[in-house]
Amino acid sequence: MMSSLLVALVVALPLLGFLINGLAGKWLKRERLIGTLGSGAVGGSFVISLLIFLDLLQRPPESRTIVVTLYEWIASGSFTAPVAYQIDQLSTVMMLVVTGVGFLIHVYAIGYMHGDHGYWRFFAYLNLFIFAMLNLVMADNFLLLFLGWEGVGLCSYLLIGFWYDRKFDKGTTGDAAKKAFVVNRIGDFGFLIGIFLIVATFGSVRFEEVFTQAAGLAVGTPVMLWITLALFVGATGKSAQIPLFVWLPDAMAGPTPVSALIHAATMVTAGVYMVARCSLLYALAPTALLVVAVIGAATAIFAATIGLVQNDIKKILAYSTISQLGYMFLALGVGAFTAGMFHVVTHAFFKALLFLGSGAVIHAMHEEQDIQKMGALKHHLPTTYRTFVVGALAIAGIPPLSGFFSKDEILWKAFSSGAWTLWLLALVGAGLTAFYMFRLVYLTFEGRPRWHGNVHPHEAPPVMTVPLILLAALAAIAGLLGIPPSLGGGNAFEHWLEPVFARAHRTLALAPHVAEPIEYLLMALSVAVALAGIWGARVLYVRRTELPERIRQRFAFAYRVLFNKYYVDEAYEAAVVSPVVRGSERLLWKKIDVGLIDRLVNGTASLFGAISRTIRVVQTGVAQTYLFVFLLGVVATLAWLLAG
Amino acid sequence: MNSEMDTAILSIILALPLAGALLVLLLPQGATRTIKLVGLAASLLSFIVSVRLFLLFDETLPGMQFVEKVTWIASLDISYHLGIDGIALLLVVLTTFLTPIALLASWDSIRSQLKGYVALMLLLEVGTLGVFVSLDMFLFYVFWEFMLIPMYFIIGIWGGGERIYAAVKFFLYTMAGSLLMLVAIIWLAYYASTQPGGNFTTNLLTLYAVAPSVPAQLQVWMFLAFTLSFAIKVPLFPLHTWLPDAHVQAPTAGSVILAGILLKMGTYGLVRFCLPLFPQATVTFLPYIALLAVVGIIYGALVSMVQPDLKKLVAYSSVSHLGFVVLGIFALNPEAMQGSVIQMVSHGLSTGALFLLVGMIYDRRHTRLIKDYGGLARTMPAFAAFFMIVALSSAGLPGLNGFVGEFLILLGSFNSTYLGTPAFAIAGALGVILAAVYLLWGYQRVFFGKVDHPENKALTDLTPREWAVLVPVVVFIVWIGVYPKTFLGKSELASRHVIQQFEQARRALPMVSSSPQSVSHPPAAR
Amino acid sequence: MSIPLIHYLALSALLFVIGVAGVLTRRNAIVVFMCIELMLNAVNLSLVAFSASLGDITGQALVFFVMAVAAAEAAVGLGIVIALFRNKQTVNIDEINILKW
Repeated sequence: MMSSLLVALVVALPLLGFLINGLAGKWLKRERLIGTLGSGAVGGSFVISLLIFLDLLQRPPESRTIVVTLYEWIASGSFTAPVAYQIDQLSTVMMLVVTGVGFLIHVYAIGYMHGDHGYWRFFAYLNLFIFAMLNLVMADNFLLLFLGWEGVGLCSYLLIGFWYDRKFDKGTTGDAAKKAFVVNRIGDFGFLIGIFLIVATFGSVRFEEVFTQAAGLAVGTPVMLWITLALFVGATGKSAQIPLFVWLPDAMAGPTPVSALIHAATMVTAGVYMVARCSLLYALAPTALLVVAVIGAATAIFAATIGLVQNDIKKILAYSTISQLGYMFLALGVGAFTAGMFHVVTHAFFKALLFLGSGAVIHAMHEEQDIQKMGALKHHLPTTYRTFVVGALAIAGIPPLSGFFSKDEILWKAFSSGAWTLWLLALVGAGLTAFYMFRLVYLTFEGRPRWHGNVHPHEAPPVMTVPLILLAALAAIAGLLGIPPSLGGGNAFEHWLEPVFARAHRTLALAPHVAEPIEYLLMALSVAVALAGIWGARVLYVRRTELPERIRQRFAFAYRVLFNKYYVDEAYEAAVVSPVVRGSERLLWKKIDVGLIDRLVNGTASLFGAISRTIRVVQTGVAQTYLFVFLLGVVATLAWLLAG
Repeated sequence: MNSEMDTAILSIILALPLAGALLVLLLPQGATRTIKLVGLAASLLSFIVSVRLFLLFDETLPGMQFVEKVTWIASLDISYHLGIDGIALLLVVLTTFLTPIALLASWDSIRSQLKGYVALMLLLEVGTLGVFVSLDMFLFYVFWEFMLIPMYFIIGIWGGGERIYAAVKFFLYTMAGSLLMLVAIIWLAYYASTQPGGNFTTNLLTLYAVAPSVPAQLQVWMFLAFTLSFAIKVPLFPLHTWLPDAHVQAPTAGSVILAGILLKMGTYGLVRFCLPLFPQATVTFLPYIALLAVVGIIYGALVSMVQPDLKKLVAYSSVSHLGFVVLGIFALNPEAMQGSVIQMVSHGLSTGALFLLVGMIYDRRHTRLIKDYGGLARTMPAFAAFFMIVALSSAGLPGLNGFVGEFLILLGSFNSTYLGTPAFAIAGALGVILAAVYLLWGYQRVFFGKVDHPENKALTDLTPREWAVLVPVVVFIVWIGVYPKTFLGKSELASRHVIQQFEQARRALPMVSSSPQSVSHPPAAR
Repeated sequence: MSIPLIHYLALSALLFVIGVAGVLTRRNAIVVFMCIELMLNAVNLSLVAFSASLGDITGQALVFFVMAVAAAEAAVGLGIVIALFRNKQTVNIDEINILKW
C-alpha cells in the first residue's frame, strides 16, 4: 500500500544528505563516510522509487496515478500552489532514471573526486541536485516543477564552478558557471510567462486541473500557442537547444561526474520531460509542435556537425548531448512522446556511460582532455575501453543495443508522420553521430600512443569501473523495453506510458504504430548509415591517418567554421552581451544616472544657491539701502491705501 | 503579560526603544559595553513583544487590531491613534527584528561617540515603528519626519568619506517631498470639515470615508503630493539618486536599516494612503507609475551590474527590487498586493543581509571596490556560503524568500485588469534575468578565481558574533521561501481589504471628470 | 492777510523730500542726522499749519512730542556715531556695512 511517507522520503533522503554533508561535512573528514552518505541517500531514494514503481505495476492501468499533497506552499487571493507530488507512469520513469543513474554516478564520484579538498562540498551539491531534480519530475503542479527547474540550475552553477579557482577555455570556471545560469534564466523567463498564461487561462497550476480543462479546448486555440511556445523557450534553455544551447559546452568546466549526471543524463532532459508532461497542451497547438520538431531536428544536425571536428573529449560528448536532445525534441514534435521519453532513458544510460568513461580516461591521462594527445589506451584501460565501445555502439544506433531501438523509433515516427525533411536531417545526423563517436573511440583508444613518457595511464579503481560495467549492461539491454511490434515485441515502454499521453494522442489523432514494410527498409537504412559512419571513422583514423589532415586543408574554411562552433558565442557576445554591458556602463550609469538625473538634483540645489546669491545683493550692510527699501514700502502701502 | 497590557501593546513596542534611548543618553560616554548592552536589550525586548503581537494577531479578521486612541489636539480632532492590520504587522516585526541585528552588527565598528549612535538607532526604530502603526495622519507625518533626524546624523557622523553630502542630500530630498504631503494632509483634513456633518479631522479611518468624494481635479493634486513624497522614499525612478549616495556613505547598520525598513515606509504609504484615499487619481496615474516601476526594475538592474563598488551594486539592486513592489501595488489585485507585501519583507531581509555581509568584509579590508577582492571563497568559505545564499535569495531563487514575492507580483501584474496589458509583467520578468547577472557576476569577481591580492590571503572567516548576526536572517530567508504561509496568512485579509476599499471607494464617486467608461464598467472583482 | 494752507504744506513737503534725499544719499553720518532733523521739522511745520488752519490745538501739542523725540533721537544717534568713530575711525556710512550676512 502506498503511503505518502514513502513518497516524501524519496525526496527527503537526498535533502537530508545535502544537509548533513553540507553542514557537517567539513568535520566528517573521512572520504568513505561522506561518499557513502551521499550515495546512500540517493541509493535509498532509488530503492523506494523501485518499490513505488512495483506497486504501480501491480495496479490496473487506469489507477496508476497517486497524488500526495504535503502542504500549501504559496497561496494568495485566488491563487494557490501546493507542495504536492504526482506519481504516475511518467514520473516513475524519470524517478528511476534520476535516482538509478544518479546512484551509479555518486558511487563513481567516490573514486573520481578522491583527494579533492572540497570532497564534502561536492557530495552535498550532488545530493541537492538530486533533490531538486526529483522535485522537478515528481511535482504535480507547474510551480513546484519550476522550483525544481531553477534548483537544478543552481546546482549546475555550483558544480560547474566547483573548482572555482581554475581557468577554463578563454575564461574561468566561474565564467562558465555564470553563463550556464544566466542562459538558463533567459529560458526561465519564457517559462514564467508560460506559467502566467496558464494561470490566466486555466486558473490553476496543477497539472490535472489544467489538463482536464484543456481537454475541452479546440485545437488551434491561440492562447495554447503562446503557452506552449513560452514553455518551450524554457525548454530550449534547460535542454540546450537552439538558440540557448551555448552554455552546455562551457559546462564541461565542471568535474566529469557532474557532466555525466547533470549535463547528460538528467538536468538537460528536464525540458524534454516538461514538454512530454504537457503533451496535451502541445497537441492543442500544432504550430508549436512543428516548432519543437524543427528546432529539435535542426539542433540535432547542427550540433553533430560541430562535434565532428572538436578535439576535447568532453566537448565532443557535450555536442553529442545537444544533438541527442535534438532527437528527443524531434520525437516530441512529431507526436511520438513515448519515443522521445524512451530516448531520454537510453540516452541517460549510454551518455552517462560515455562521460564516466571519459572521466576514467582523463584521470588516467593526468587531466589531459585533448584526444589528439591520446591513443592506444585500450591496452591500458581495458574495462573502460570495452564499456566505452558499448556506449559508442549504443549511441550510434547499432542493434541490438538500446540506442538503436530508441533512435530508430524516432526516425520511423518522423517519417511516418510525413516530416520527410526532418527525417532526412535526422538520418544524416545519425550518420554523423556514428562517425564522430567512433572518431573519438579510435583516436582515444586505438592506433599508436601520441602521449609521452611521464604519463602512466592505468585502469580506474573498481569504485569507478563497476558503475561503468553496470551502465554498459543497461545501455545494452534497455532496448528490450521498447521493441517495436514490427520486430515482434510488445513495446512495453510504450504501453506503460500510453495512459499519460492518451489525451494528447486522441487530440492529435495519430494512427497507431502498425508494422509496415517501409519500416524495415528504414530500419535497415539507419543501420546502414550508422555502419557507414563507423566505417568512415575507421578509414580516416585507423587505416589512412594522413587523410584527416588533407581534408582539413582542402576544406579549410568549413573546418574553421565548424571548429569555432559557427561563431555563435562570438555573435551573442557582440550582439547582446557587449552592448548591454557597455551600454549600461556608459549610457545608463554615467550619462543618465550621474550625468542627467543626479545633475538635475544637484542642479536644483545649486539653483537655490544662485537665487540666494542674487537676492543677497540687497543686504549691503549700509543703513541707507535699508532705509531706501523702507521708503519704497511706505510709498507702496500709501499708494495701495489711497487707490483702494 | 495580561490582556490589559495587550491593548496597549503597540505603545509598549514604541516605548521600549524610546526608553532605551533615554537610558543610554544618561549613561557616561565611557561605559561602552553597558551602552551597547542596553541598546541591544531594548531592541530585543521590543522584538519579543512584537513576536507576541504576531502570535496574538487574529488573521481571520479584516480591519485594524490593537487600536489605541487618545485625543491629542481636540479642536482639530488630532489624536494619538494607533492600530495595525496584517500588512503593518509584518513590517513592524521586520523593524523590530532588524534593529537588534543592526546593533549587533555594529558592535565593534563604531568607535567614537557610541552613546549618541546607539541612542539615535533606537530613536530611528521608534520613528519607523510609529510610521507603520499610526492611524492618524498628523501623527503619521510627525513620525515620518521624526525618522529623518536620526538617519541624517547617523549618516553624517559615522558615515564614509562623502557623508555630509550624502546626509544633506538624503535629508533635503526626502523632506522636500514630505512637505508637499503635509499640505495635502491639511487640505484633506480641511476638506473633511467642509463636508455636511463633518469637521476638521486627521483621523485616517474617518478620512477613508470622506476622501473618495473629493472632486477629481483636487484629488489629482492630493494624490500627486502624497505620491511624490512616497515615491522619493521608495525610491521610484527617476527620484532614486539619493539612494546610492546615502547607502554607500552610511555605516553598515545605517545601510541595513535604511534599505531594510526606511524604503518600505514609502511603499507602505502608497498602500495605506494613496490607494484607498484617492482611487480615481490612482487609476488615472496607474499606467505612468507602473511604467516608472518597470523602468526602475530594468534600469536599476543594469546600472547595478556595472558598479565597481560592491555597496553601490547592492544599493542599485534595491531600486530594482522595489520597482517590483510598486508594480505589484499598482496592479491592484490581491495576489500582486500580497506579493508586494511579502516582497517588502523579503527585500528587507535579503538586502539587509547583503549590506551586513558587505559591512563584514569592509571591516576587514576597508575597501568596497570589487577589484580589490577575488578568490575569497578559499579564505573565507563560511562567509562565501552565506553570501551565496543571500545573493540567490535576492535573485529570486524558488525555495528562498525572493521568489515568493516576485512570482506573486508578476502573476498579479500579468493578469491585472487595471494594468490592462501583460506587457508590464513581461518587462518586469526581464528583471529576473538581470538579477541573476548582476548578482552572480559580482559574486564571481569577489569570491571565485585565484586569490590575487596578498591582503586577501590573511582574512579571517566569520566570528561567532557575525554568525549570530547572519543566522537568524538566513533562517527567515529560508522560512519565507519554503513556508510563506506563516506570513502571507497574516496579511491576506489586509491585502484583500485594501483592494476592496479601493474598489468600493472608486465606485462610490458619482460622476468623474475622466472618461465616463471608468464608472459605468467597474472591473470584475477577482 | 494770511498765507494759504497749501503754501505751508508745500513747503513742508519740499523740506521733507529734501530731508529724505539727504538721508538716502549723503555719506557723512552727521549730515544724515541733520537731514533726519530736517524731516522731523518739516513734519512739525505741517502740524502747526494744520493746527492754525483747523483751529485745533492738538497739532501744536503734538509738535512738542515730536521735538522731544527728535532731541532724544539726536542724542542717542550721536552717541552711536561717536562709538562707531572710536572703532572704525570714520563716519562715512558707506564704510559701515557690517549689518549683513
